[in-house]
Amino acid sequence: MSTPLLKVEDLRVSFDLRSGGDMPWTKTRVLQAVGGVNFELKQGETLGIVGESGCGKSTLARALIRMVKATGRVVWMGEQELLGLSKSKMMKYRSEIQMVFQDPLASLNPRKTVGQIIAEPLRTHSPKLSNDEVIAQVKEMMQKVSLLPNQINRYPHEFSGGQCQRIGIARALIVKPKLIICDEPVSALDVSIQAQVINLLMELQQEMGLSLVFIAHDLSVVKHISNRVMVLYLGKVMEVADRDDLYDNPRHPYTQALISAVPIPDPKTERAKNVILLEGDLPSPLAPPSGCVFRTRCAKAQKICGEVVPELKEPEMNSNGQASSHRVACHFE
Amino acid sequence: MALLDVQNLSVKFRTNDGIVNAVNDVSFSMDPGQTLAIVGESGSGKSQTAFSILGLLAQNGFATGSVKFNGNEILNVSTNELNRVRAAEIAIVFQDPMTSLNPYMRVSEQMTEVLIHHKGMTKTEATNEAVRMLDAVKIPDAKGRAQQYPHEFSGGMRQRVMIAMSLLCRPKLLIADEPTTALDVTVQAQIMSLFSEIQKEFGMGVLLITHDLGVVAGFCEEVLVLYGGRVMEQGPVDPIFEQPSHPYTRGLLKAIPRIDQGTKVLDTIPGTPPNMMNPPLGCPFEPRCQYALEDCGQNLQPLKAFSKGRLRSCNRAVEELV
Repeated sequence: MSTPLLKVEDLRVSFDLRSGGDMPWTKTRVLQAVGGVNFELKQGETLGIVGESGCGKSTLARALIRMVKATGRVVWMGEQELLGLSKSKMMKYRSEIQMVFQDPLASLNPRKTVGQIIAEPLRTHSPKLSNDEVIAQVKEMMQKVSLLPNQINRYPHEFSGGQCQRIGIARALIVKPKLIICDEPVSALDVSIQAQVINLLMELQQEMGLSLVFIAHDLSVVKHISNRVMVLYLGKVMEVADRDDLYDNPRHPYTQALISAVPIPDPKTERAKNVILLEGDLPSPLAPPSGCVFRTRCAKAQKICGEVVPELKEPEMNSNGQASSHRVACHFE
Repeated sequence: MALLDVQNLSVKFRTNDGIVNAVNDVSFSMDPGQTLAIVGESGSGKSQTAFSILGLLAQNGFATGSVKFNGNEILNVSTNELNRVRAAEIAIVFQDPMTSLNPYMRVSEQMTEVLIHHKGMTKTEATNEAVRMLDAVKIPDAKGRAQQYPHEFSGGMRQRVMIAMSLLCRPKLLIADEPTTALDVTVQAQIMSLFSEIQKEFGMGVLLITHDLGVVAGFCEEVLVLYGGRVMEQGPVDPIFEQPSHPYTRGLLKAIPRIDQGTKVLDTIPGTPPNMMNPPLGCPFEPRCQYALEDCGQNLQPLKAFSKGRLRSCNRAVEELV
């Protein structure tokens, strides 16, 4: 088996919250945003991460590139652990992992031209390149993401949302990374534009052999783009499986509810569909339920769910003797 | 008689850069108890259509045409006249439940206001009614929660408060402007099933503004597809989803990744929506349309009926769109 591009072990992120002012006597409360996530990402593969707002999916993405402090291990290509690296040593890996953000306009500096924005990572990581070379590469990259190279001197506000997202993608790709972390890259876009950006990402992935971590709350989009999908709830992995396994045969009660709630643009199917309605609200992450975090909204919950935290089960062997990749964290699975 | 009859509605905004034509010549009507969806992308004019019905346009906006509610004209009438209809007959639920509730007022206070004003109830009667309504939208411990402030509620709960508030005077028509866009899918499912229940219970008409065709498919009877401030096609939901008659609707339906189908390359609609400052003379979709004919950019095809209850605005015959 080849070494995975990225191996994440027991990744945890917690934030200290001080309510009532930052005084010596105020109590610190700990919010665990990501509680022990493990996964592997192979070269050229796309891992989709889904979950509702507040489930920790964006924090997880930020932890991978050390934008927030995390504990655990993130192993790059089987050799280098990233979380413990010094800032200067991390620089080498920053060009390998790039990020595309959610809000296309807010993630671009309004006072810089498109050319300057896209060139910035290149100038940082290859400071020896001449100006002409940088501009040539920027123009080439603009062409790749279907922007007109003659618009290189325009400012972000002159572009539409979809075009801004293309600029964000060009900026991420210019240093030829191996991995791109996309944090809700299409959720701010209209349907017709969303399809353009999804297709662009998939084309570029093929062409450049990229791996993607694709974070989104839209399960249909994640299904479209991912090879593997991980479902998060309150910072914990509920279920992870190959795409078709997860969507055709969801085994965790939360995944089942999530998938059944996605509206389908076909009146007959949509009306005939059986939606599993979840009761109540997401519990506060400051006081997560004991045991299984989903138990307060789960129809199957029993006594044991409140007492024992369900482990993400090791994959079982299927009838062909191959290990299935389907892993579920539920006592009744 | 139609509950709501909108004829040749146009909405324009005066801005420093010129006139923006947000809505152009939109007509539709709704029967009592009917659900009608207005779908379109951002900037298509769907929200402005809804706002103009209740006189909620921004200061620089003005509407022309006619909006009749139960036979009475309500477009461009005085605020006094409008206030008699607002909340009592037509209520609205806004997209963002946080910014549309008053953060300084307890939920019960903002809810009772409308009852005291429209129904002349006493404070105690109004509070009881408000609690009953919060209960009807399934807020647990309604009596206690009514005394809380909006920030103490989650997003889904706030939207329930908004819905409860809109139902207080038992309106005949409820306008819901992207009521679930800010919510997660599981909460969206809760809210949409709540809408269906209360609609059955109260028998009101619902005008749903949304960009989500999946929500339309599950909830609505009729649909109006807007693009560039114009109606591209309208009619009953089932046949439109089954056989869309306009290139825009077709493109839109094909561009959505679907959870119930295998994955293939998505069909895209090239280009971007038009600038409403200088709307095209002809069909607004012409620059992005793969079926466009030579004169589509110049001549606008008026909305025409072509089969039972269905209208479309396109130069091509339906059979040509394959």
